[in-house]
Amino acid sequence: MSIELVFHIAGGDFSNAGKASSHIKKVLKQLNIDSKSIKRIVVAVYEAEVNVAAHAFSGQVTAQITEHHIEVVVSDQGPGIENIEQAMQPGYSTASKEVREMGFGAGMGLSNIQKNTDELSIESRVGEGTIVTFRCNYL
Amino acid sequence: MLEFLRYNNFMKVDEILKHADAQLITTVSDRCRNLDMAFSSDLMSDVLTLDEENILLITGLSNLQLVRTAEMADIQAVLIARGKRATPEMIELANENGIVIMETPYSIYKASGILFAKGLKAVY
Repeated sequence: MSIELVFHIAGGDFSNAGKASSHIKKVLKQLNIDSKSIKRIVVAVYEAEVNVAAHAFSGQVTAQITEHHIEVVVSDQGPGIENIEQAMQPGYSTASKEVREMGFGAGMGLSNIQKNTDELSIESRVGEGTIVTFRCNYL
Repeated sequence: MLEFLRYNNFMKVDEILKHADAQLITTVSDRCRNLDMAFSSDLMSDVLTLDEENILLITGLSNLQLVRTAEMADIQAVLIARGKRATPEMIELANENGIVIMETPYSIYKASGILFAKGLKAVY
């Protein structure tokens, strides 16, 4: 079994951030994946979607769902991350005041993605964009 | 039997409505749904780090991201404090996902204090 889902995310569009994770959640539920794994996966995807909405111009989520795991690639066209190690530190944030007023931008996103995934890689080019790839094995 | 009851301090949606003088604004009919614990925060980033499920979120934030966060974090019920109102989009999304939204005129501190005193446990 392998299902591929692709979603577009527009930068700054917070009302649609969460559509990809919401759709993925429904598909995983239909596949009877355990609820703990589903929560880990959709929290990671949602954090990544919010990051794109908060920082990038546009982005794309591609999810590859198989029998034992899910692999997600979130790529964006945006400012990129200068220092990935620093961005991974809980509490480090470059989010705007508007993003913080919405309840995000506390500098927890990337570390929370790491917490909820089994494999994570982040590639970024300053001035071009960022590609976040992660994999979650079901329990 | 009393010992058993003392260690099962869950609270029903109906009881929360009564204790916090709150209004139920979603159409979810399951007013007897049990909630095990509660968490108070305006920061969705913090809510997304919780591992627990079946909890009540008490918040002063009222936007679509609140409902999305509840959906992803498996939060069953949200109590919006300080007399803030949920928007029609929030109510629609919550109904779609079976999330209970309640509105209370109380501050976060007052609502949290009352529910804690009535036995609803803290996540941490």
